[in-house]
Amino acid sequence: MPAITETREQVEKLGQSSYKWGFETDIEMDVAPKGLNEETIRLISARKEEPEWLLEWRLAAYKAWLTMTEPSWAKVVYPPIDYQDAHYYAAPRKKPGPKSLDEVDPELLRTYEKLGIPLHEQALLAGVEVPEGEEARLPVAVDAVFDSVSVATTFRKTLSEAGVIFSPISEAVRDHPDLVRKYLGSVVPAGDNFYAALNSAVFTDGSFVFVPKGVRCPMELSTYFRINARNTGQFERTLIIVEDGASVSYLEGCTAPMRDENQLHAAVVELVAMEDATIKYSTVQNWYPGDENGLGGIYNFVTKRGACRGARSKISWTQVETGSAITWKYPSCILQGEGSVGEFYSVAVTNNHQQADTGTKMIHIGRNTRSTIIAKTISAGKSDSTYRGLVRMLPKASNARNFTQCDSLLIGDQCGAHTVPYIENRNMSARIEHEATTSKISEDQMFYCRQRGLSQEDAVGLIVNGFCKDVLKELPMEFAVEAQKLLQISLEGSVG
Amino acid sequence: MNAITPSDRGLAPFEARLSSFQDATRKAAAGDLALTGLPGPRVEAWHYTSLRALNSYIFNEPDTCFNESAVQVILRSLIPQSGCLEPLPRLVLVNGRVVPALSSPAASLPEGVTFSAFSGSPDFGMQASPQRDPLVALNTALAVDGIKLVVEPRVKAGRILLISLAMSSSGAISFHPRHSVTLGEGASLTLIEIAAGSEGPGAYFHNPVLSCSVAEGAHLEHIKLQREAADAIHLATVYADIASHATYESFTLGLGAVLARHEVHATLRGSHAGVHVNGAQLLGSGQVGDITSVITHGAPDCISRQTVRNVLTDRARAVFQGKVLVERVAQKTDGYQMNQALLLSPTAGIDAKPELEIYADDVKCSHGATVGALDEEQLFYLRSRGIPDAGARQMLVEAFLTEAADLVQDEVAHAALGTALTEALVSRIAAWENAS
Repeated sequence: MPAITETREQVEKLGQSSYKWGFETDIEMDVAPKGLNEETIRLISARKEEPEWLLEWRLAAYKAWLTMTEPSWAKVVYPPIDYQDAHYYAAPRKKPGPKSLDEVDPELLRTYEKLGIPLHEQALLAGVEVPEGEEARLPVAVDAVFDSVSVATTFRKTLSEAGVIFSPISEAVRDHPDLVRKYLGSVVPAGDNFYAALNSAVFTDGSFVFVPKGVRCPMELSTYFRINARNTGQFERTLIIVEDGASVSYLEGCTAPMRDENQLHAAVVELVAMEDATIKYSTVQNWYPGDENGLGGIYNFVTKRGACRGARSKISWTQVETGSAITWKYPSCILQGEGSVGEFYSVAVTNNHQQADTGTKMIHIGRNTRSTIIAKTISAGKSDSTYRGLVRMLPKASNARNFTQCDSLLIGDQCGAHTVPYIENRNMSARIEHEATTSKISEDQMFYCRQRGLSQEDAVGLIVNGFCKDVLKELPMEFAVEAQKLLQISLEGSVG
Repeated sequence: MNAITPSDRGLAPFEARLSSFQDATRKAAAGDLALTGLPGPRVEAWHYTSLRALNSYIFNEPDTCFNESAVQVILRSLIPQSGCLEPLPRLVLVNGRVVPALSSPAASLPEGVTFSAFSGSPDFGMQASPQRDPLVALNTALAVDGIKLVVEPRVKAGRILLISLAMSSSGAISFHPRHSVTLGEGASLTLIEIAAGSEGPGAYFHNPVLSCSVAEGAHLEHIKLQREAADAIHLATVYADIASHATYESFTLGLGAVLARHEVHATLRGSHAGVHVNGAQLLGSGQVGDITSVITHGAPDCISRQTVRNVLTDRARAVFQGKVLVERVAQKTDGYQMNQALLLSPTAGIDAKPELEIYADDVKCSHGATVGALDEEQLFYLRSRGIPDAGARQMLVEAFLTEAADLVQDEVAHAALGTALTEALVSRIAAWENAS
């Protein structure tokens, strides 16, 4: 047992280790007054120079939100949120239109550098020097979001040559109003749930991606979100549309500065995949989780949903969730097209007083639809982690298939790990298989590793990495490296 | 607290009878019920099973007199002469009341076993917690009778039959028997419970609550055979408290009723205790059958096992909700749960929610669930050996259910279940094949 005692001590020590990415950037901000009302929404809409229909849409969402109550079914506990005690709009003060990275506020760029964000292509893959004029060969495009406004977008040219639109959503509203109007809210309606309605009313920015027919997006698309200004909730809105036969891989990663007050993050992500289209959406989520006493940290209440509209379309969600004080997130797939495929790969790590209630929904509507769910949960410290997932086979989903595997690993006896799958079948030819296990790192495995000369930490690291392998291997290469680092930092001392 | 405004809380079917009570326990239960009402779909534990069916009736208190020859006919069909159940001591209730004339005389019970009517006993309403479970509150408020069995320490009580019959009258009736079974240290008992009713003009609602207390080293096996009338509603709740080194092994077979739920709350309170909550359901027409359980590991080194199998034809729908809660103290817990369903018709459905809630780290817990149609390869294998399609299907379904019933240790109970299963299977499949 000493191995475990040692681990536990190290987990406790971990609390003291500082959040590596906790710093604040000192940039002049343009902030709306606190509070949420129609005026705030009109102000946001005016600042964004939005068309009338979008303002109406926002106001309708706001009206719906007023009638809704905060969901309470998730296994998370937090003090009531005062939605009037927050700023709903914050933008870094604008110099008129930065045309290149040189014009971007250097303070901002330094922030990203500290985060290790590959905004500069040179920094993209560590140690790789790329001569000017060769950007087109690089595999990742970055749409960096600093608080609410996208400040820099690279690789625009390469993408536009391929016909791919990748821009902040506010720009898309201006430049491609028909596309946005057609698809915005078509997967997650404005009144879908409490947080989605809130987002619909006050979303400030996010990304828009459109991949036209038959185009394989020439590079990975990546957006970094950061919560920066004190007391500013972030309400990102991401919309990805992939037409017939096209494909895209999208990466989303988050870090946030250290602070005491809880911050609200209620994003909405909508994916639309048409016939034979493929969308791969990968997330590494590392919002500030609060300190070892559970003070501070981000509340992450996210609605993510993808619609496989066309036959043989495919949407794959991969997430590595290590941050946030509270996570409430269920990336879902609506499998409408015949033979469409939904996938969900998740690693959720909680430590200290973190609480995570996350999982997925696979709604099988069409014939021959298939879904796979692999969820790995690791609980340490005094945290609680819940997998909550729904698999629903509707009467027309003949020969549909689902396979679900949920595994939980407990580190220490003060944490909790919970598994709550919902299985609903209305079609006799559909097959559903579900498996879940909960255990700790076995003494045998530890003994075996230690006996071969691995240190306590290396052994735990090896075992946890193996535990998560099925999910990590789904991540794009650039992300997999970061995700492994994050896993180690999150469980530093205990499993690093 | 007697002022109840039931109309908006689903209590209308019981309104007249919930109005005035003398004793404090019933008064409190009625008060709790008035606050919560009967659970609707927004209550998580009742998300998949709707109690709307209750609203089509006004349930009256059943008459104390009944047609004795009709009762004898049903009894004879349930316990065939010279069958394995016939020689067992039996306790018979009709419409929720114990009928001594139909029950074995007290003297014929094994030595060390005492039997009495429960409603008058001082611990009435103590073990179950009415405020948490509205149907138990309803039971507490409206219970008239029930059995109270006490097995003295170290007494091997053998098998006892508990038969609950419903004799319908012209109008709808409901009865809410309250049973309690207590096993002393090292005692053992096999309780075989049969719930059945007459197909009559009036529908009935059977809402029994059974509290089991199993002391250290004792062993209770509880087998239930539910074959209520076709339009009956059967909502049963079982509480089992299990002390260290004790075991509670249960199996429920659901065949009857238009709406049925078997809800078990088993709590392992001492170390090295064990619990089995197994079951099977064979449902057809528009039946809804629900097996719900909450197994709480409240002590270290305990084992829990659960296997539930459902076979659904026609428009039937099964619900399985199984929660395993492992408290922080319950280290070295070994929990396993498996829920499987066979869908034999395009209009059948299943809703399952296996749930693990775990607060201790040194545990081995797993659950599994599978849903699907009959395996085509297995069918092909049988067909290729000359077995006709219908026969092959029946063989596979029977094997699927029998495998679950084989978990029953007691051979008499096992034989009785097997007979009931085969009968039901033949009629169910025949009805289904004729219809399609």
